[in-house]
Order: sequence, then C-alpha cells, then structure tokens
Amino acid sequence: MSVDILMPALSPTMEEGTLSKWLVKEGDKVESGDLIAEIETDKATMEVEAIEDGIIGKILVSEGQESIKVNSPIAILLSEGENLSENATYTNSNIEIKQEVQKDKENVVQINDIKNKDEISKSNSNNTTKSYYKPDKLERIFVSPLAKRIAKQRDIPLSSIKGSGPHGRILKIDVDNFDIKKIEYPSLNNLESNNFEIVKNSAMRKTIAERLVKSKNEAPHFYLSLDCNIDELLKVRKTLNSKSNDEYKISVNDMIIKASSATLLKVPKANASWENENTKYFSNTDISVAVAIEGGLITPIVKNVQSKGLLEISNDMKNLASKAKDGKLLPEEYVGGSFSISNLGMYGIKEFSAVINPPQGCILAVGSGEKRPIVINNEISIATIMTVTLSCDHRVVDGAVGAEFLSEFKNLIENPSLLLL
Amino acid sequence: MTDIDYDIIVIGGGPGGYVAAIRASQLGMSVALVEDKHLGGICLNWGCIPTKALLRASEIRHMLDNVDEFGFTVSGIKMDINNITKRSRKVASQLSSGISHLLKKNNVQVFEGFGSLVKDKSNIKKIRIKTKDNNIEKTAKNVILATGARSKNLPFVSSDGINIWDYKTAMTPPKLPSSLIIVGSGAIGMEFASFYNDLGVDVTIVEALPSILPNEDTDISKIVKLNFEKRGMKIKTNSALKSVTSKENSVSAEIITNEKVETINSEKLILATGIIANTEKLGLKDFNVKIDKGHVVTDEFLETDEKGVYAIGDITDGPWLAHKASHEGILCVEKIAGHKNLKPIDKTSIPGCTYCRPQVASIGMTETQARSKNLNIKIGKFPFIGNGKAIALGDSEGLIKTIFNKDTGELIGAHMVGPEVTELIQGFSIAKKLETTEYELMHTIFPHPTLSEGIHESVLDAYNQAIHY
Repeated sequence: MSVDILMPALSPTMEEGTLSKWLVKEGDKVESGDLIAEIETDKATMEVEAIEDGIIGKILVSEGQESIKVNSPIAILLSEGENLSENATYTNSNIEIKQEVQKDKENVVQINDIKNKDEISKSNSNNTTKSYYKPDKLERIFVSPLAKRIAKQRDIPLSSIKGSGPHGRILKIDVDNFDIKKIEYPSLNNLESNNFEIVKNSAMRKTIAERLVKSKNEAPHFYLSLDCNIDELLKVRKTLNSKSNDEYKISVNDMIIKASSATLLKVPKANASWENENTKYFSNTDISVAVAIEGGLITPIVKNVQSKGLLEISNDMKNLASKAKDGKLLPEEYVGGSFSISNLGMYGIKEFSAVINPPQGCILAVGSGEKRPIVINNEISIATIMTVTLSCDHRVVDGAVGAEFLSEFKNLIENPSLLLL
Repeated sequence: MTDIDYDIIVIGGGPGGYVAAIRASQLGMSVALVEDKHLGGICLNWGCIPTKALLRASEIRHMLDNVDEFGFTVSGIKMDINNITKRSRKVASQLSSGISHLLKKNNVQVFEGFGSLVKDKSNIKKIRIKTKDNNIEKTAKNVILATGARSKNLPFVSSDGINIWDYKTAMTPPKLPSSLIIVGSGAIGMEFASFYNDLGVDVTIVEALPSILPNEDTDISKIVKLNFEKRGMKIKTNSALKSVTSKENSVSAEIITNEKVETINSEKLILATGIIANTEKLGLKDFNVKIDKGHVVTDEFLETDEKGVYAIGDITDGPWLAHKASHEGILCVEKIAGHKNLKPIDKTSIPGCTYCRPQVASIGMTETQARSKNLNIKIGKFPFIGNGKAIALGDSEGLIKTIFNKDTGELIGAHMVGPEVTELIQGFSIAKKLETTEYELMHTIFPHPTLSEGIHESVLDAYNQAIHY
C-alpha cells in the first residue's frame, strides 16, 4: 500500500507553505521519524518527518515550490517491494495542480488588461504580462486638456489610462471610466537598467508585509513618548550581574520586559486587543519581543512574565532569540502575546515609533540609553536617559490609558527596586 | 447572396440621407438612394437654405433703412417680394442640382419615388419604390431611414396655404401681408418673424412657454425679446393658441394668456409649432421598429430594434437639425462598415443656430440646465458693445455668455446673440470637441479686431480677467 505524504500544517493558522528543501530523493529508504523535507512557513523553517517506514516512491513537488496547500500530497511513500506504476494517477493530479497555477497566471493578465481583449490574446501568446505603465518621459501621451486636468485632480497617472480618442488620445470619458484600482506601478523588470538585484520575497517577508499593512490599515495608531532616567536601573543591573559568576547576564532589555509586565498589571487596560465586537483584556502578561533575524524579524513571546523573575526572563529570552535566529521557533512560541517590545537601543537609535503587532493593543519602542543633560532643581546635571515611545491602537487604548502606562513605566524604570514588589 | 442589389439603401435624400449615401460609397459599399420629391430634402429645398436667402434680403433691407448712418443717402429703393422669393428658390434649386451631381460622382444610384420596407422571410431588406409609373423592388443588406419630418398642425388648426401658412407658403408668399401672427418661437418662427418684420410687416409672436426661443439660455432670449419689441413686434409669451378663424382676407386668433382670452386679428398666420416625423408610410408596422412620441427609436449607433434597419435625422429623436442628421448619417454608415472606436453623438456638443436678426447660436447646457444638475459653475459674459469690430460694423447689440465647470474648467455651455454669432459658434464647437479647458481658451491668441475677440473676453470674464469689460 502506498501512502501519500501530505503537506503538514505547522501551525493552526497555516494554510499553505513552501517546500524549501528535500532531504531525501526518490528511491531513498526512510524510517518513521526520519527527516525528509524542510518546509518554510510564514514564520519559520520546519522539518517534516516521515510518519511511516517505506521508500520514497515519487516526489510530487519540486524544491522551492510555493503555495502548497496544507494536506495536499507532496510525495508518495511506497511499502517495500511496491511498484510505482500503480501510482500514475498521483502524477496526473500533480500536473493538474501545475495547470491551475498556469491558469492563475492567465487570470492575472486578464485582470490587468480587462479593457482590451486584443491585448489579452497578445499577452497570452507571448506569455508576458503587459503593463500599461510606461515611464512618462519615454513616450508622448496624447490627452485632452480637460482629461489631463481631471486625471491630475484624481491622482491618476496618465500613463495608466488607455485613450479612446484618435491615435489613443485620452479623453474625459476615459478618465471618468478609469478604475483607480487598476493602476499598475512599474515592475522593476520593465525598467531598462541592470543596476539592481531582484530578491524573491520569502514567505516570512510576505507575512511581515501583510501583517504590517494590516496593522497600519486597520489600527489607528497614536504615539506617546517619554524620557526615562535609567541611571538607577543600570546600577541595579550592574550589581546583579556582578554577583552572577558568569552564570547569567541580565540585560537592560530583560529589565524592560519585567517593567512592562509590572506596568501592565497596574494598567490592565493597556494589556488588551481589539476583536471588533469585543475588546479582549488579558490576565497574563505575555510579552512579545521583536528579534531581528536573517531576512526579517520575529516576535517570540516571553510568557507569563508576571510570575517570572529577571533570571527566568533572561534565560527565556536568550533561548527564544537563539531559536528565532536558527528558524526553529515553534508556532506556539511566536503566535499570540498580549504586548510587544521593540528595542533598537543597541543600534544607538535615540527614539522611534513602532508599528503595532496585531491584534495587540500596544507596542513599546525603546531607544538607546545615552548621557544627556537634564535639569533637576534648576540645575543642569547629567543622567542616562532612555526615550520610550508607546504606539497605541486607539480602538482599544485611549490617550489617557497610554499616558498612564508610560508614566507608571517610567516610575518603575527609574525606581527599579519597585520591581521587587 | 449575389442576388442582393445593394449593401445599403437609403430612403430619403435630405442632409442625413444623401450624406450617408456618399459616405457609404466612399467606403466601397454599393448604395442606392430613394427620394420622393427633391434631393437635399427640406433643409436644402424648403428649410435652412432658402430661408437664409430670404434673411439675406431682409438684412439688406435693414441696412438700406439705416444706410444714412454710414454716410449714404439713397432714394428710390423698391422692393419686390416676388423677386426676393425667386432668388431664394434659385439658391435652393442650384444646391439641389449640386447634390444630384455629388451623388452621381459617388456612384450612388438614385431612385425617384417613394420607398418603403416590405416584409420578407429572409434577413435581406426589401424596399418597394413607388415611382410615377410603376412599383419596383430592390434588396439590400442594410436600410437607412432618413425620411425627415414635416411641420406639425395643431389639433384644431391646419395650414391652408391661403391665410394659415406653413413654412412653405411663408417662404413663397404671393404678396407681402400687412400683418402676421406667428405661432411658435423656435428657430423657424423667429426667423420668419425677423424676416417679415424687416420687410415692414406688423408681426405678433405667440409662444406657449414663458420665453421666446425656449431652448436658449434666458439671458439670450431676453436680449432677443428686447430687440424684437424695440422693432415693433408684439410678443405674447405664456400664451396658448385656442382657435383660429380664417376669414376672407384675414385671420382671427383667440389666445389665452394667463387665463385671459384675447382675440388678435391679422392678415396671415404662420404655424411654426414643431415638427412630426415622416414614419407612417414606410411599412414599419411589419418590422421591429419602435416608435416613441412619433419618432423612431434607435440605439446610440442609430440602429433600430430591427437588425439592419437604421434611422437618422429628424425621423429620430431631436435635436432636429440638419447637421445632426448628416453626422448621424456618417456615424451609422461607418458603424455598418465595421469601423472601430466610433463614439456615439454627444448631444451636449451639437451647436444650434437661429438666423434671425440678431443672430442666436449656442452649444451645450444653458445656465438653468447646469444649475439643475447642481454643477459648480463659473459664468462669463461679454456684451458686443465692448467689441471694436462690432461697433465699426454698426452692429454692437448682443452678448457672449460662457459657462464653465468650476471644478474642472470644462466648457459646458456657450450662448451667443449678436452679429455673425452663427459663424462664431464653431470656435466653441471645436473647443468642446477637443476638450479644452478655460486655460487653452484664455491663452489662445484671437485676431484683432474681430467679433471673435468677444469669445476670448467672455472666457476671461468667467475667471474675472476680462480686459474690455
């Protein structure tokens, strides 16, 4: 009996993935638990194990194939001595998949050129996607003055409008009939220059793009900034680390995670997410921390921070960061979280505004601690100041709540002994 | 299929039909034209052209009356209405024979007779032509109906050619009447009013709507009204004709103005109350040709619901103008020929002209229409009194009014009254067709001194930049 090896779902929300690498080839003998392939999901690269013993009879998807639906067959596992020819149908089904992909491509062409049927047939036969975008300087565009003005008022590039007048002259009616959604921006391929490199967007890159666009489109952001004097915090950190005997090293970031958690417990309204009909208030403080990794970033979660000490937080963070950099994070280690921290202090960034990590309500952007002159009792003195900026989703967190959060956060950061409470 | 006689048979040889036939021939189609009366249709024989010849005569009469203004003294001038109408007929027949020549040159087969559609089982269109002597039948792949319209009688009064005139009698009066009632103040009524008034006839205009030239912008019709009244014409607006009694040498008309009945007597009366399409004898009832309010219904490319049967000109929906008919003729033939990228006629870009004195010409929406569409508009006005050429001509009464869309600068209407405005209007027609905005018009150099500078000034005025006003 042959067995289909199916595209696994690596997280509950995963719908499709990319087969980044085959670790076996056709004819290889595998045992249950052997690694057979690497799958790239929107977040991480994971390995697929063989679920049964057998021989890889047929590999159905090639390396690098994208958008493989979960539960679609990726290979056929044969029992020993079984003949492959019985499985011809699988090969066919694979061809069908490919044809669908091809069809999709044609649809894209049709959507682009829906106005001009002649163009469709042309594009299909040349198998190229025609773009209406033409750089303005290269070609004279015939357009009536009125059409030109209306197009300008509506922000429609003339190069994207097909003119129906004599010699393709763009008329008012063409602008009126123009569907703004059809504007095509220049594809890099169309520009006649070699001064660039084209890098295919990874699944992670696309996910980052999708989530950030969603966040900026849906969550009305507002930003609050505050300076924190971290001299005291640095002193405490120094003391703690001096006692470690190299067994641990608490970072400023670990302390910020702790302080954020403690602040959220005091200002629970900031520990929330928007769910259209409801607002969800979290009882735990699960802090997502942005970690830069090769080709993007990921936000592993330090969970239940409210019940963890600095040491445990520090260890968790180290572990998560290293797994993140190796692309080995498990979905449950990065999906969820109630609050995010993004720290660019190590790059010397003074302050910045972060994009909210949906569906969370807030993200704290942490700048670098630097010595700055400050005024205390009408005297200028020097202190290490760290500027933090809280981005809030105004649907969930109002200005006063955000301000309360920051002021409490500042209080804890500047008086770190309070974190002991 | 070789037994089909023609690619196209055109029924009616007016400005719609003969233009369609020539265009079809240019495009390599075999084409026949069936005309019952006179090539060139009403326009050329009994409409646009002969009335212009008459109005030229009345204009000269007006100049002669005012010749002292220019330093001349003349005496002994005599006028003969028969010679005036004779010249008018000569102009018409000269042009009509010109059409005959054009059709021949373009290999259009002309049949003299009355054409009508005959039901046939096949898709081939069969046309019966009733000539003086016999009936003949010809077949075609397509038929263009271009039979035009005739003047409409009122339910209670019809023209009799003696005291109650239609346009034909009005164009060939046996003698000049002393007084005249003109019912209807559209282009036809106004031209006759101006003509007869300039020849010394006592004219009364009766109009059912609130203003004369009811299709024109109110600013324009007001100026015409003042001018006409100054010349002694009596204008009765909001006045419905109730009855007409024809006596031996006069007519008596009962009119109701604001519920008040009044009787007016005059020697003659002209009915200029509109037109009715010539659809009745075309055999249309056997075909899928829809008629609405007396006019044939077509799609935007002039095809009726019966495939292969087209209709153009006055037989279809208005405006009933010769130039619209000609344009439709060309459009529908090019459609039949399978031309791509054809655009239906934009009815907001058909100019209309009335050749009374002072002349009236307009294109696009009136101010009232623009406001009723809630358009955000800018209006420019320039009176000819500020135009040097008009003053030099001794003809400085009039106005050029322009209407722009304030948001886009689109020229949405132009309305003119005054000297030679029927010649000036095409500047606006081109501007509209090319979709110019106020910017291009403002930056166009107009020659000085010309009447056309008034166009420039009116546009400038819409944007508060007029120099001479």
